[in-house]
Amino acid sequence: MVSADIQIVMPEILLAVYAMLALLGAVYTTKDAMAPLLTWLTAGVFVLLAVWIGMTGQGTHAAFDGMFVDDGFARFSKVTILLSAAAVLLMSEGYMQRRGLLRFEYPVLVALAVVGMMVMVSAGDLMALYMGLELQSLALYVVASLRRDSIKSTEAGLKYFVLGALSSGLLLYGASLTYGFAGTTLFSGIIEATENEPSLGLLFGLVFLISGFAFKVSAAPFHMWTPDVYEGSPTPVTAFFATAPKVAAMALFARVVHDAFGGIVGEWQQIVAFLSVVSMFLGAIAAIGQKDIKRLMAYSSIAHMGFALMGLAAGTAFGVQAMLIYMAIYVTMNVGTFAFILGMERDGRPVTNIESLRMYSKRQPLRALAMLVLLFSLAGVPPMVGFFGKFYVLRAAYDGGLGWLAVAGVIASVIGAFYYLRLVYYMYFGEEVDALDGKMAPVLWAFLMGSALIMVVGVVNLFGIEPLAAAAAATLVN
Amino acid sequence: MIGLEHYLAVAAALFVIGIFGLFLNRKNVIILLMSIELMLLAVNINLVAFSSYLGDLVGQVFTLFVLTVAAAEAAIGLAILVCFFRNRGTIDVEDVNVMKG
Repeated sequence: MVSADIQIVMPEILLAVYAMLALLGAVYTTKDAMAPLLTWLTAGVFVLLAVWIGMTGQGTHAAFDGMFVDDGFARFSKVTILLSAAAVLLMSEGYMQRRGLLRFEYPVLVALAVVGMMVMVSAGDLMALYMGLELQSLALYVVASLRRDSIKSTEAGLKYFVLGALSSGLLLYGASLTYGFAGTTLFSGIIEATENEPSLGLLFGLVFLISGFAFKVSAAPFHMWTPDVYEGSPTPVTAFFATAPKVAAMALFARVVHDAFGGIVGEWQQIVAFLSVVSMFLGAIAAIGQKDIKRLMAYSSIAHMGFALMGLAAGTAFGVQAMLIYMAIYVTMNVGTFAFILGMERDGRPVTNIESLRMYSKRQPLRALAMLVLLFSLAGVPPMVGFFGKFYVLRAAYDGGLGWLAVAGVIASVIGAFYYLRLVYYMYFGEEVDALDGKMAPVLWAFLMGSALIMVVGVVNLFGIEPLAAAAAATLVN
Repeated sequence: MIGLEHYLAVAAALFVIGIFGLFLNRKNVIILLMSIELMLLAVNINLVAFSSYLGDLVGQVFTLFVLTVAAAEAAIGLAILVCFFRNRGTIDVEDVNVMKG
């Protein structure tokens, strides 16, 4: 019995054991001299686990009396999380090494955060949810303030910590109300309790839970930490924040509203639709005035979360499928974009001002072209893959009877296109300024070009993720 | 007779005090940490009250998890605060403003 349960949580156990062994190994040997090796090793472990989970996982299994669920949805999310975390680690190594930032704790903390995310997306119980979420959050607070001699980085860590703890508190209060009024913490029990007219206490619990999740996915009006944390953290850490944790939080959101509250779609649909529309417009409008490309990406991620929530708001299996496809595309685009941002430097110092990109195309035509493709894709310009992500969520919202939300989404995406196109304008027109350095690490170059290539070639069949996402969504919504 | 409602009312009051402490406090980051702790303890009261009311042990198990995580969270918060203090020389909330937002 127990050994069967252990078998199901084996990937998480292996990764946790790996993280602890890596920590001990580094402490007892050469400490920071181990860091580059450890970074590559951790990325390798992520990729191996992703292949293992993706290739061997079959069917739906519940471990520990349903507290931990391994189904198609969890596996799809886990593979996305692991691969994006591996990509970010590989991109970080050179950048952090050159700035003396690469401590051996970094890959270990990322590995622990990933364990937390894997538990989150597999949670079948409020306790598992909370433990996964906190494992992820605690590791992320520390990596945000990784550059501990910089005011900006520690301030980012402090802000992230305070607001993250507030969101955990809200979420936990919701969990306690849900437990009290449903009489159980298991999602399968909560969904039974909502079958007859759900009690007011349960709805309060649901609202608190949703506001906690909205914090974690940085949906407006709970987004205020995002720009500061993105700006203050070291850029590789920002790249990490913009990818894997977003997927995990969004998957957890979908899991809770469908697995635990799937019987009362009407009750949460309006809240999620509201979060979605506010995030899309706020992300699109507030980004216009930004001069720092990391802050700009923060608002861009808020807008993108609005679109992903639109799929969720539809409340259907197709909506979840659209959300999964959207998140997978979003992560791929962001990896490429951050590879470009990591490569922006002048005289060996990182530059994040968007003005410094003026006439970039003249010196680096190929890199400017790749960035152009990525920016068009982020804006949702056809025929890039980003357009199909938006198309899926819009269709899901329309099919789900939320026509007004789809219309709002189109308007917001037109507004949002402005600031992406302004970056393109800077790269191709206008007067020249001090040139950025021409060098770019081969790893970054490979990720930038690979991501841009995917955005173009993927239009053929989206690399077959569509049926995979459909199968994953079918295991969640039935 | 003290019933479930009384416990829930106390917990709700503590929780709201915690949230107000986070937003209205203009003085000191340590007070933010105390407010966070207050929110988590309010949740614990809720969980224990429900657990005893329902005659179900799960709530108390949950409470133990929350307590443990809260301790870890406070440790990390203080560690970040120490780093911040070393760089900035102050822990006034109003001075956490290098980045606007």
